[in-house]
Amino acid sequence: MIFSEIANFMIEVIKPGIFTTVQDLGRWGYQRYGIGTAGALDSFALTAGNLLLGNGEEAAGLEITFAGPLLKFHQNTLVAITGADLNPRLNGQPLPNWTVCSVSAGSILSFGPRKSGVRAYLTVWGGIAVPPIMGSRSTYLLGHFGGLEGRPLKAGDLLPLPPCPFKGPELAGRSLPISLHPAYQRNPCLRVILGPFADYFSAEGQEAFLTSTYTITPQSDRMGYRLHGTPITRAINEELITCGLANGTMQVPPDGQPILLLADRQTIGGYPIIATVINADLPLAAQCAPGDKLRFQATTLREAQAAFQNLWGNLRRFLQSI
Amino acid sequence: MIFQPKILPAGDQAILIELGKEIKPEINQQVHYLAQLLEKRASLGIKEIIPSYSSLLIYYDPAQISFNAVSDLVQNFLHENSPRPYTPPVIKEIPVVYGGEYGPDLEFVAQFHGLTGAEVIKIHTSQTYLVYVVGFSPGFAAMGTVPEIIQTPRLPTPRTKVPAGSVGIGGKQTGIYAVESPGGWRLIGRTPLTLFDLHNEPPSFFKAGDYARFFSIPAEDFSLYQEQKRKVF
Repeated sequence: MIFSEIANFMIEVIKPGIFTTVQDLGRWGYQRYGIGTAGALDSFALTAGNLLLGNGEEAAGLEITFAGPLLKFHQNTLVAITGADLNPRLNGQPLPNWTVCSVSAGSILSFGPRKSGVRAYLTVWGGIAVPPIMGSRSTYLLGHFGGLEGRPLKAGDLLPLPPCPFKGPELAGRSLPISLHPAYQRNPCLRVILGPFADYFSAEGQEAFLTSTYTITPQSDRMGYRLHGTPITRAINEELITCGLANGTMQVPPDGQPILLLADRQTIGGYPIIATVINADLPLAAQCAPGDKLRFQATTLREAQAAFQNLWGNLRRFLQSI
Repeated sequence: MIFQPKILPAGDQAILIELGKEIKPEINQQVHYLAQLLEKRASLGIKEIIPSYSSLLIYYDPAQISFNAVSDLVQNFLHENSPRPYTPPVIKEIPVVYGGEYGPDLEFVAQFHGLTGAEVIKIHTSQTYLVYVVGFSPGFAAMGTVPEIIQTPRLPTPRTKVPAGSVGIGGKQTGIYAVESPGGWRLIGRTPLTLFDLHNEPPSFFKAGDYARFFSIPAEDFSLYQEQKRKVF
């Protein structure tokens, strides 16, 4: 595409970063056809950015992993960067995270060395306007569709934006107080609901799972984190019949090393499931890198659901109040 | 032995309903029946259902419906005595070019059982298969049960790329890869039909609970079917 044909309203990708994809809250309703949900790994951070900007929760943003892209804005708009601190700069000036910032046409957004976390979300006023497929704009890598042609960004890509009507930066400066951020940390303890197949594992195996630490290996991506630690031994060697997989499922292959399944997981699988990480704690997992260590703590359904309502309820209440 | 259905939390926003511990048509049909009931009669707070061989995973929104309420709903449906509505089986006819470049493992399967390739084809096309589940990859239809004399173990190391339309045997099951993906089933043929199309609603040609019957076509007809498929199917 030659420059004169470029629409006025868009973001130009000068450098794509290590791994940057368009994501929203996922593509729901098609898992029975083998189509995974995809969606932001840290759905809380994406939603916080969207709500700060006054977007709907369904708006799409960019999920930026480890090292960020170099982006040029071809229009005035408002952005918020949430999640990991990947050292964002606008025309060389540091940008605060979790805060609405106004961006003028021609500005360059860059990222520096990673400070903390793994996945940052760039949300934009109105959301990234790629066409939705099956009700979602999320990039589905396995299916090669969604987002931008179902793939990570590359240099030269153009991301369409809706025209931003805000002249004055009345939203600029709006910020999420630190008390409402998830408790991101390098070596978090994630709460789990045991089962549905915890009884496939020996007492020692279950104890190892709940008392030792598991290191995230480099073979980890949006599909899932392969963990390494004390093997989780089996009590029953019976094979499991393949069943549907929830987000946060912890399956254990025969080698006893658990895998934490995330947004790009397969829809069904046949390894026994020792536990499922609760939805309130999945954002913490999303911000961990290979080499970080995870611990797991059993919780109850009631506590898990209360934690989820708290996290999201506080976010929504705060944003309605300002 | 009668298996008591199990209702188990799969995390804080999903429930697994286990109806059996076997891959059997009767259990699988019960899965699809329960999925239908849940969809027709209980939409509030039920986000999505993934039917599998002998279980269903139900995603729910705890802000709208509690674990116990979903559980009660399922129990009631399971204990309902009303006769099941008759739903005529949907049988989908699948043209397949067997062997050669389209089915690189046909010879292996034949030799493994001391059969000829032609015999494997005859046996594979001799019956109707139930689509137990659609999953693993977009549109992938896993069917059963394959006649024992051609059941073949999966590859020790999966292929990194299996072409879309490939028909394989994996143990007791047969199935079709709807999109290009990695895969470990023994490939005996390929269908020219498009089994996954983003522009269709739903995008998958098969849904769980359908039936399939394969028929053999000559290699030279492969492209013919590709051209005609929109009109015929």
